[in-house]
Amino acid sequence: MSIFLNENSKVIVQGITGGEGTKHSTKMIAAGTNIVGGVNARKAGTTVSIGGKDLPVFASVEEAMKETGADVSVAFVPPKFTKDAVIEAIDAEIPLLVIITEGVPVHDSAYFWAHAVAKGTETTPGAPRTPRTRIIGPNCPGIISPGKSNAGIIPADIAGAGPIGLVSKSGTLTYQMMYELREIGFSSAIGIGGDPIIGTTHIDALEAFEADPETTAIVMIGEIGGDAEERAAAYIKDHVTKPVVGYVAGFTAPEGKTMGHAGAIVSGSAGTAQAKKEALEAAGVKVGKTPSETAALMKEIISARADDRAPADTPAGAGDRR
Amino acid sequence: MDLYEYQAKDLFAAHDVPVLRGRTVTTAEDAAAAAAEIGGMVVVKAQVKTGGRGKAGGVKLANDADEAREKAEAILGLDIKGHIVHQVLVTEASDIAEEYYFSFLLDRSNRTFLAMASAEGGMEIEQLAVERPEALARVPVDAIAGVDTAKAAEIVAQAKIPAAVADQAADVIVKLWETFVGEDATLVEVNPLVRDPQDKIVALDGKVTLDGNADFRHPGHAALVDERTENPLEAKAKAKGLNYVKLDDGQVGIIGNGAGLVMSTLDVVAYAGEKHGGVKPANFLDIGGGASAQVMADGLDVILGDPDVKSVFVNVFGGITACDAVANGIVGALELLGDSATKPLVVRLDGNNVLEGRRILDDANHPLVTQVDTMDNAADRAASLAAETAGA
Repeated sequence: MSIFLNENSKVIVQGITGGEGTKHSTKMIAAGTNIVGGVNARKAGTTVSIGGKDLPVFASVEEAMKETGADVSVAFVPPKFTKDAVIEAIDAEIPLLVIITEGVPVHDSAYFWAHAVAKGTETTPGAPRTPRTRIIGPNCPGIISPGKSNAGIIPADIAGAGPIGLVSKSGTLTYQMMYELREIGFSSAIGIGGDPIIGTTHIDALEAFEADPETTAIVMIGEIGGDAEERAAAYIKDHVTKPVVGYVAGFTAPEGKTMGHAGAIVSGSAGTAQAKKEALEAAGVKVGKTPSETAALMKEIISARADDRAPADTPAGAGDRR
Repeated sequence: MDLYEYQAKDLFAAHDVPVLRGRTVTTAEDAAAAAAEIGGMVVVKAQVKTGGRGKAGGVKLANDADEAREKAEAILGLDIKGHIVHQVLVTEASDIAEEYYFSFLLDRSNRTFLAMASAEGGMEIEQLAVERPEALARVPVDAIAGVDTAKAAEIVAQAKIPAAVADQAADVIVKLWETFVGEDATLVEVNPLVRDPQDKIVALDGKVTLDGNADFRHPGHAALVDERTENPLEAKAKAKGLNYVKLDDGQVGIIGNGAGLVMSTLDVVAYAGEKHGGVKPANFLDIGGGASAQVMADGLDVILGDPDVKSVFVNVFGGITACDAVANGIVGALELLGDSATKPLVVRLDGNNVLEGRRILDDANHPLVTQVDTMDNAADRAASLAAETAGA
């Protein structure tokens, strides 16, 4: 298992004929991703040859899904066209949409999220609807389930498959942490993006990792701004039984200019790294001061679990667990 | 980008939000002329991008042109929380019957927008939120439905704004929403929003933050940038398209790729600095994905031009960026900079094409460059070099 993305995922690329789309489609295919086509209305009906595969280009996400059975789209669309591309994918009800694009206006993200909710399924009467499309991003590196599939721009050769689930706001910190823990490996690693409005949150990923039998421990990486980490901490306290280690970047960074006073009131938190670290520690999360210290905390957890498993053939062993 | 009050009010006026007449000036003489033109009593207001101007003596009433000159003289040049006053807004003085609070902002946790409003304006909103949270209405706004007259009326009612001016207030709120959406703002705040004795609703102050990601659809927003208040190094970096922030009291210049990794690098350097006489990171510089020789040269040029910098730490994890390209960038940058590069560089490369990248730096064998294999060790080396140089 893995979360959101697996060996059966059929992936299309919105913007496949653009420079970034072509470059990263090549890398995704090399990593074993089953890319089944692309979308570009102006080049519909043609094929593109990428990574040794001839891929059909469709007029719309809806058509691509109908023709190929695709269930994942990765969008490499310039910021000014991202809103329309996302709405198209939501209307086609694609199960997973990964938006790589950096620089999407926040009003556009708020709009397409409202659209996804409006088109969603009603789970609890009166409560906001649940979107039919899981959105990851925007402004994110995407998600990789090593050895199975890679939807986005996370380099596939950093680390292989293993028992750790990773969720991070930051792209390069995702890579750094995967590198630090490459000897253990990952069930899935997901970069959710650092924009103010994002589709999949830390909490969504934590929930999925908790439910995934292949994941035994979770690394959560946050950074200054907003209160997503504080909310994740509250969620961990109540809902996550697997061990979680955390890292927060930005202890020495100056307050961001986007963090106005009014924003701090809404979040009920100063949004500082220290506040986030304290909230996570209060929820039982071990928080590292640096990426390497965080990785060391995770290695301890994984080796303690291996020690636990070693004497499994002696029935009394269970009671002796540390 | 945060705007000055006068810029915010210009945007308000463009969207028909009622504001008072005023003019922004940079000299006491012009302040007197503006006051004479407006006539009667005026308010002289410091234009700085921070709160608490009134308490700091940055907002003064003046009865006539002479007094306006005097007040402007006192306010121009003031240091308000580290912001020097370069310009003042001279505006009509208003008769105030009541003061309200109003804002539209992003609600990250609910992935939508929020209206906050209160019939108890004037005081600092942080204080109101803590002391009398029940007096501050928070009304979620659907990004698609937006704010029409009915929604505005709902906000007005929840804020307990008096019925006598409810319609007028709702009308102004709809126009503030048009400003918020039409200008791609992430914050529109009016404190106070006042009711005058004629029951007219007027925005007496304005705070607006614009979303830089939306600049492509607002060519006019470029003119709102105030080069004067930017740190000269930041202005230089911006001109070269670099994502750079100068930090106070630092000695280690930082270059990295990706905002998260660079922030993490600042932290790791600060921790390492604790062992080396308290040296600190001197800047944030994210060179992003494409680290060409030119980008690296531009980045190094800015950082080496910072007199505070004693050593430089280049920390790159090659994800999309290939380490050989970064290494070529460093070598090329040092060639371009020639003798003007005098400070030691500690380089840590990992990830995509790392072996080739390290080989390129080894072959170049530049006397200023040291390669270190991990982020922690490299931070320690950079901090120790900075401490040595600073001590020497």
